[in-house]
Order: sequence, then C-alpha cells, then structure tokens
Amino acid sequence: MSKAIIQIRDLHTRYGEHEILKGITLDIFPNETFVILGRSGCGKSTLMRHMIGLQKPDQGSVFVKGIDLLSAGEKEREQMLKKIGVLFQGSALFNSMTIGDNVALPLREHTRLEKSTVDIMTRLKLDLVGLSGFETFMPAQLSGGMRKRAALARALTMDPDILFCDEPSAGLDPIVAVGIDHLILKLKKAFKMTIVIVTHELASVFLIADRIALLHDGHVVFLGDKAAFKKDGNPVVRQFIERLPDSEPLDGSKYLQTLIGDSFHGI
Amino acid sequence: MGYCVKPLAQITIVFGRRLLTFFVHLARIAKFFRDTLYWLLLAPWRGRSVRWGATVVQMVRMGVDSLPIVAVITFFVGLIIAMQSAYQLQRFGATIYVADLVGVSITRELGPLITAILLAGRSGSAIAAEIGTMKVGEELDALQTMALNPVGFLVVPRTLAMAIVLPCLTVLADLFGILGGLVLGAVSLDIPVITYINETTQAILLKDFLTGLTKSVIFAVIIVQVGAYQGFSVEGGAQGVGKATTTAVVTSIFLIILADLIFTALLFSTG
Ligand SMILES: Nc1ncnc2c1ncn2[C@@H]1O[C@H](COP(=O)(O)OP(=O)(O)OP(=O)(O)O)[C@@H](O)[C@H]1O
Ligand SMILES: [Mg+2]
Repeated sequence: MSKAIIQIRDLHTRYGEHEILKGITLDIFPNETFVILGRSGCGKSTLMRHMIGLQKPDQGSVFVKGIDLLSAGEKEREQMLKKIGVLFQGSALFNSMTIGDNVALPLREHTRLEKSTVDIMTRLKLDLVGLSGFETFMPAQLSGGMRKRAALARALTMDPDILFCDEPSAGLDPIVAVGIDHLILKLKKAFKMTIVIVTHELASVFLIADRIALLHDGHVVFLGDKAAFKKDGNPVVRQFIERLPDSEPLDGSKYLQTLIGDSFHGI
Repeated sequence: MGYCVKPLAQITIVFGRRLLTFFVHLARIAKFFRDTLYWLLLAPWRGRSVRWGATVVQMVRMGVDSLPIVAVITFFVGLIIAMQSAYQLQRFGATIYVADLVGVSITRELGPLITAILLAGRSGSAIAAEIGTMKVGEELDALQTMALNPVGFLVVPRTLAMAIVLPCLTVLADLFGILGGLVLGAVSLDIPVITYINETTQAILLKDFLTGLTKSVIFAVIIVQVGAYQGFSVEGGAQGVGKATTTAVVTSIFLIILADLIFTALLFSTG
C-alpha cells in the first residue's frame, strides 16, 4: 500500500469542558475517496477543519503530504493550500462577489493567466456543476443547493490534489445530489484526486466511497470498505445502516428528571 | 468571618479578570498590527503584490462617499467657531482675529479630528461589520484555505485606502472649515473677503497644516486596525457582529482622541 497522503495521529479537541475528538488516528491514501460518517454534532466538521489546518488540536497532529500545516513555513503552507480544495458545510461563498468572481478568485490571485483564460476556466468549472450562465449572480440570489454547487466549483478551480467536501449533497434534490456523486466519481477517475467527504447520505456513500470511517463519541468506531461496513456488527454501525432511532428511555422517572433538571431533587 | 472576606475577594477576582482580558486584548492587537505591517511592508518584497484594485474600490467607498458629509459638517463647525470667537473678540474690537482663530484651530485640531471621528463612524463600523460577517459565514476560513491571508487580502487594502483618503478629506475639511469662518466674517462681521483670506494665510503656518495631516494618517491607521480587529474577533452570529460594530466605533473614537492628546502634548512640550 502506498504512503498515506493524510496522517492523523492521536487527535484530541475540546471546546471548553466538552471533549469532541478523543484520540483520532486515521490514514487517508492517495486517490481514494474517503467518507467520514457520524451523527450530527459528533465532530466531523471539526475533524475536517483540523485536516485543512484551520484549527489547532489540543493534542496530536495532522500531516498532509508529510507536512504539518500548522507549523509549516509560510511558503510551504501556501504551496500546499493551493493544491487543496475545500467545500465548506455552509458554502462560505464571498457574499460581496459574484459567483463568477468567487470561482475565479484563486486563479486571479495565484496565477498570471490572461483575463480571457480565467473567464473560460471559470465557465468550465461552473458548467461542471451545472451552473453555467450564473456568473453574474450574487450568492444571495442563489438557492442553498445552488450555492453549494458554486462553492464546489470554486473548490475545484485550482485543480486540487485533495478535495475536502463537508456534506456536498445536503439540501440538494435527489437528482442533483446524484449528479454531484457522479461528478465526484468523474473527478476521481479523471484527475486522480484524493477526496475526503463528510456526508449523511447512505445512498451516496455506497456509490462513491472507497473507505468509510464512522465517528462516534469522539472515536473512530469503524474503519473499512463498503462491504465490511454493510456487514459490520457494531451496534452503532447497524443503527446507521438500518436507520434506527435512539432507543426510548425506559426508566420513566429518569427521563422526567432529564427534562426538568436538578429541580426534581427539591420536590 | 467568611462573610466580610467574600466581597473583597470577589472584587479582586472580577478586577483581576478584567485586567487580564485587557492585557490579552492588548497583546492580540499588537500581534494584529504586526501582521498588518508585515503584509503591508514586507510581503510585497516577497512576491505578493498589494491588491491595488481593491484599494481603489475602498478609497471610493471611504472617500468619495464621505465628501458631502465632511464638507457640510466642517463648514458648520467653522461657522460655529467663528461665532463663538467673534462673541469674545467683539469686546476688544478685534473681530479680524476671528480669521486667525478659525484657521489655526481648524487646521491644527478640528479638521483632522472631526474628519477622523466621522470616518470612524462611517467606515470603521463598516469594516467591523463586513469582516465580522465574513468571519461568521466562514468566508475568512475559505480565504485561508485558498492560501490567501485574510490580513493581506482584507486589512491591507483598507489600511492603505484610509491612509490616503483621510488626509485628503482632512484638506477638504480644512478648506470648508475656513470657508465657514469666512462666510460668517463676510456676512455678519463685515470683514472683506480679501482681508479675511489674507489674515488667514498669515495666521496659518505650513507646519500647522502638516501636523494636522500627520495626525490624520495616525487616525486612519487606528480606525482600520480597530475596525478590522473587532471584525476578526466576532464570535457567534449576527449579534456578535452588532456588538463588534459598536465596540469598534467607541474604541476607535477613544483611541483617536487619546492619540491626539499624546501627539499634541509632544508638540506642545517640544515647542
Ligand atoms: N466554535 C465552537 N465553540 C464551541 N463548541 C463548538 C464550536 N464548534 C463546534 N462546537 C461543538 O463541537 C461539536 C462538533 O461540531 P461539528 O460542527 O464538528 O459537528 P458535525 O459532526 O460537523 O455536525 P453536523 O453533521 O451537524 O455538521 C458540536 O457539539 C458543537 O456544539
Ligand atoms: Mg458539520
């Protein structure tokens, strides 16, 4: 097996009292599509922020292509970031710029390409996500799903080696969502991209994932390929696959206590 | 026993915490200022050009759009000073010195100060709100992952724009302030326009005018630094943006007056 392109070692993160990630160790390999699954609020976005060097872990480290983004020199870090594309959960488009300018920005700032070349490349990327003709729109004039696709186009502008997507298909209609999945498959095949995806959509997971990691309670409780995931006996995995709700609280008085808090003791 | 100790301990704790956050803020502002200087002065030598296009856009927004309000307000202030000083000088029959008083106080002090306070309210708040909204919407994070430094990308053009625009507006403010005095002098004190202008040009030294402009450059840096710093420190949604905006305006007006005091005291003591 080739050397890991992203190495996460014993990563711990806390927000105040809450420890969100409690020692994550993961290897992500070149050209694979790696899916991070987990329940809402379990720390998937936080883990992704660590991988792109936006957040300093309390303990542990992340290496991308062997480099720790947080301690790397400025030039090195910049070189690295130019080859990374990120789609944020909330799109994070620049609201003061048109869609076209959003997509073209990295090219304008990092390359010396002619304006006409930049325009063509921008149109190509927007075309890729099905948004051709929307160059002059402002982000506020697009629907949530369209913003997400525009943000994906922007993430692809610099033809990254590694693409990070935080819930790329959340809030999209099923047809467009499948379109995004196929786009990801195409990117993987055509450009040999390493793709890290956070998602909830099981259908899309089974379509695109090479390997899956399931986060639960700050730990990786499952790591493996699709087939192993489907067969895994871990109750958390089963709950995910079979879409089971949390079990009802059995003890009525305890449930009541969680609802009314400590005042219960005083009664 | 514990009853009397408690309040004292509590005061100490509260006060200590205040002091601590004050120093934390101070350290962060210093680091922020250092970053700005780096991206403004050093980075261009390392192949990262300043975004002149964005600077011009900011200059238009900060400068051109503030022209009318700066002109009107300083004209009124010139009028007011002229009236106030005429009231005093009439008793000595020396109303011609209204020109001196208006000219000197406007160019040395009020022109730069009033323009800076106006711009702190207009553009300082806008900077804080804009950057704060970008922080909330993860736009600053997006910039960073695109290998674009938010300080170099957002703060440097604004600092440059303000440092160019504020002195220009101050010149305009000086002119309109003097014009205010001139109008009063001509209309109600019967001073001929030519006489008033001659008196003014004799009264104002080039030095007065230039110290005023120097001050306005310092004020420009304060306005942008405070606004941007507040924007970058926004936490938690729209409410945080609102708070940052208010804090930016209040803090920068306070710092502008403090800097003015220090600057004037230095000039005063060195003669
Ligand atoms: N800036 C912050 N300050 C305090 N707590 C935070 C902060 N950011 C995230 N958290 C907490 O960390 C936890 C993980 O957040 P994160 O955004 O990583 O979740 P997630 O797995 O991406 O969830 P979702 O699927 O809903 O996007 C949450 O419980 C959240 O309350
Ligand atoms: Mg998330």
